[in-house]
Amino acid sequence: MEIYVFDGALEGLLTAIFDSYERKAMQVNVVSSDRYLPDVFQESHLVISSDNKANRVWKGLRKKLDTDWMKKFYNSFLSEQPDLFQDLFDFARYIFDNPAGAETNFGNNCVLSVSQMERKVHREKHRMEAFIRFQQTADGIFYAHIEPDYNVLPLISDHFRKRYADQKWIIFDLKRKYGLFFDLEKVEEITFDFTAEMSSNLNTLPAQVLDPKEELYSLLWKDYFRSTNIPARKNMKLHIQHVPKRYWKYLSEKQM
Amino acid sequence: MFDRIREKLEILADAAKYDVSCSSSGSNRKNLNKGLGDAEGMGICHTYTEDGRCVSLLKILLTNHCIYDCAFCVSRRSNDIKRAAFTVDEVVELTMNFYRRNYIEGLFLSSGIFKDGDYTMERLLRIVKKLRVEEKFNGYIHLKTIPGASPELLKEAGLYADRMSINLEMPTELGLKLLAPEKSHEDVKRPLDLIHKSIIQLKDEKALIKSTPKFVPAGQSTQMVIGATPESDKEIMHTADKFYKDYSLKRVYYSGYIPISHDNRLPVIGSQPPLIRENRLYQTDWLMRFYGFDVKEILNDANPNLDVDIDPKLSWALRNLDQFPVDINTAEYQMILRVPGIGVGSAKKIVQARQFGNLRMDQLKKIGISFNRAKHFIRYADSPIKLNDFEAGHIKGIILSESKSKYLKTPVNQLSLF
Ligand code: SF4
Repeated sequence: MEIYVFDGALEGLLTAIFDSYERKAMQVNVVSSDRYLPDVFQESHLVISSDNKANRVWKGLRKKLDTDWMKKFYNSFLSEQPDLFQDLFDFARYIFDNPAGAETNFGNNCVLSVSQMERKVHREKHRMEAFIRFQQTADGIFYAHIEPDYNVLPLISDHFRKRYADQKWIIFDLKRKYGLFFDLEKVEEITFDFTAEMSSNLNTLPAQVLDPKEELYSLLWKDYFRSTNIPARKNMKLHIQHVPKRYWKYLSEKQM
Repeated sequence: MFDRIREKLEILADAAKYDVSCSSSGSNRKNLNKGLGDAEGMGICHTYTEDGRCVSLLKILLTNHCIYDCAFCVSRRSNDIKRAAFTVDEVVELTMNFYRRNYIEGLFLSSGIFKDGDYTMERLLRIVKKLRVEEKFNGYIHLKTIPGASPELLKEAGLYADRMSINLEMPTELGLKLLAPEKSHEDVKRPLDLIHKSIIQLKDEKALIKSTPKFVPAGQSTQMVIGATPESDKEIMHTADKFYKDYSLKRVYYSGYIPISHDNRLPVIGSQPPLIRENRLYQTDWLMRFYGFDVKEILNDANPNLDVDIDPKLSWALRNLDQFPVDINTAEYQMILRVPGIGVGSAKKIVQARQFGNLRMDQLKKIGISFNRAKHFIRYADSPIKLNDFEAGHIKGIILSESKSKYLKTPVNQLSLF
C-alpha cells in the first residue's frame, strides 16, 4: 500500500491515476495535501499536477465512458468529500482495467459510491436551482447567495444563464468565497465578498442598496406562501423532509 | 395601492389553492428571444407549503366572482365571502416579478366565472398573450379552461399556454349532478376533446412545416375531488384510466375533499380530508403509468377499494402469490418491477448489474431496494432455502410489523363518512 498525496484538484487526482500506472502501483491510497499527516513508516508519493497527464487520463476515460458517466465522474468530484477521492481513483482504475461496460456493474463498490455521490451532488444542485432567492438591487442586479454542501456553482451556471437572459445577476457562494456574475452577455467568476455589507439576517442585503420595490415583492411572496397553505392538511414532517431546515435561511418565505 | 394588491393576492391565492395540479414540467419552451425564462426542463418546486405540497407556480384566480353554485367550491355564488378580481396588468406584473426573483416556474391561472364563459376566457387569454408577446416571457403557463368558452378562444389560448386543464370535479356524472347540477362531464369532455384533437393536428403539421407554432406542449390534465361523493376507488381509477386513454392526458390529479361548507350533501366541516386514500390513489396512478399495471389488475369487482393499511403494489402481490418468488437473476425487467420494495431505478440497476454475475443479498441492499419488503417475493444468489411457503396474511403481518407505517398512526376516517 502506497500513499499518494495530491493537491485536491481534479487535475491532481487525474495525475495521480496516471502516476499509479506509470509506477505500476498495486494498492494506492489517495489523500489531498490539506488532510495528509506524514507518517515516517508509510511510503508516500507526492503527485505533481500535470496538465498533460491529466488530459491523457481524461481522454482515456472518455474512450470508455459515455458523456453521462463523464458528467457523473465530474459531479461526484465536486462533492469535495475526502472518501470520494479514493472512490473516484478506484473507479477510474476499475474502468481502465476492465472491458467496456464495467460502469454498469452496480454490484461493485466504487461504481456504486460514485453513482450514489453523484445523486447527492445532483440533488444539491437541484435544490440550489429551487431555493435561490434573488433580491433586486438599486442598480438593477439580481443578487443571491448560498452555502451549498457541495461545490455546485459550476453546475448551476447554465441553468441560470438560460433562464435569466434579460437580467443581470450574481450568485455568491459564501462558503467557498466565489460567485458567478452574469452581465447580459456571459457568466464570469467573481471573488468580491459582499458579506461585510450584509446584515446578520443572512438573506438580506442592506435596505439602501435594494430597489425600492424589492420589499413589496418579498412581502407579496411571503403572503402568497401563507395563503396557499391548507391548514387542514398540515404535515410538518413532510414539509421538513422537502425543505430541510439548513436551507431555511435562504428562503425569504421562511423569514417571517 | 400596496395594501389592495396584498389583499387581492391573499383572496385569490387562497381560493385557487384547492386545485392540486402543481406540475411545471413537460414543456419545451426555450429562451431563444433573450427574454425571461425557460421552460424546457424538469419542473422545479421552489418551496413547499406546510402541508407538504410543492409550490412551483403562482397559482391564482383571476377572480373569485362566480355565476355558478357548485357545492364543493369556496367561490360558489351562494358563499358569503370577500370577492376580488385582478386586472390583466396586475397578473402580468406579479408573474414577471415573482419569476425574476426565482420564486416560481410560472403561472397557474384559473378563474371563477364572471358574467359568462367567454367573457372570462377572453380575459385569461389577454393575460397569457401579453406575457408571451409583450413581455417575452418563456416561463411555464398553466391555463384553466373555462367551461362554456367558445372553441376559437380555447384554441387561441392553446398557442400561448404550456398546459391546459379542466376539472372533472367528481369522478362520476352522478356525483357531479348531486353537487353541481348545472355542470356535467360532457362539458369537460368537449374542450378536452377539442384541445386533444388540435394537439394531434398541429403535431402532424409540424412534421411537414417547421414553423408550426407550439400548441399546449405540456399537454392537458384534469382533477377529481375525492371523498365528497360516495364513489368507490374502482370507479375513480376506471374513470381516470378512460380519460388517460381517450384524451392522452398527461396527469390526473386526485384531491381529497376538504370540507368548506355546511351543505348537508357534503362531509361536515372539521372532518379530516381523506389523505391516506388520496395517497393510495396516486400510488395506483403511478403503477398504471410507470409500472405497466392495467387498472383492472388492481381494482375490479372483487376488489373495488384499495387497502388502507398497505400500498396497492404490495396488495396486488399478496393477492397474486402464485407469480412469486421472482428470481432476481433471471426474471424479466417487467416482473422485477412488480416486486414490492423495488422501484424503477433499482430494477434497472439490477438488470444491468446481474450481467456481471449473480446478485447476492448484500449487493441488492446496496443497490437500494427495500430489502425487508422485497425478501418475501424474491430469490437471489444466496437466498436461504425456504422450508415452507408463507401465505399472504402471514407475509402482510411481518411487513406491517417491520415497517413503522406512518399511516397507521393517523386516524383512518375517510370511509366512515358514508
Ligand atoms: S364554476 Fe368553478 S369557480 Fe364557479 S362555483 Fe363552480 S367550481 Fe367554483
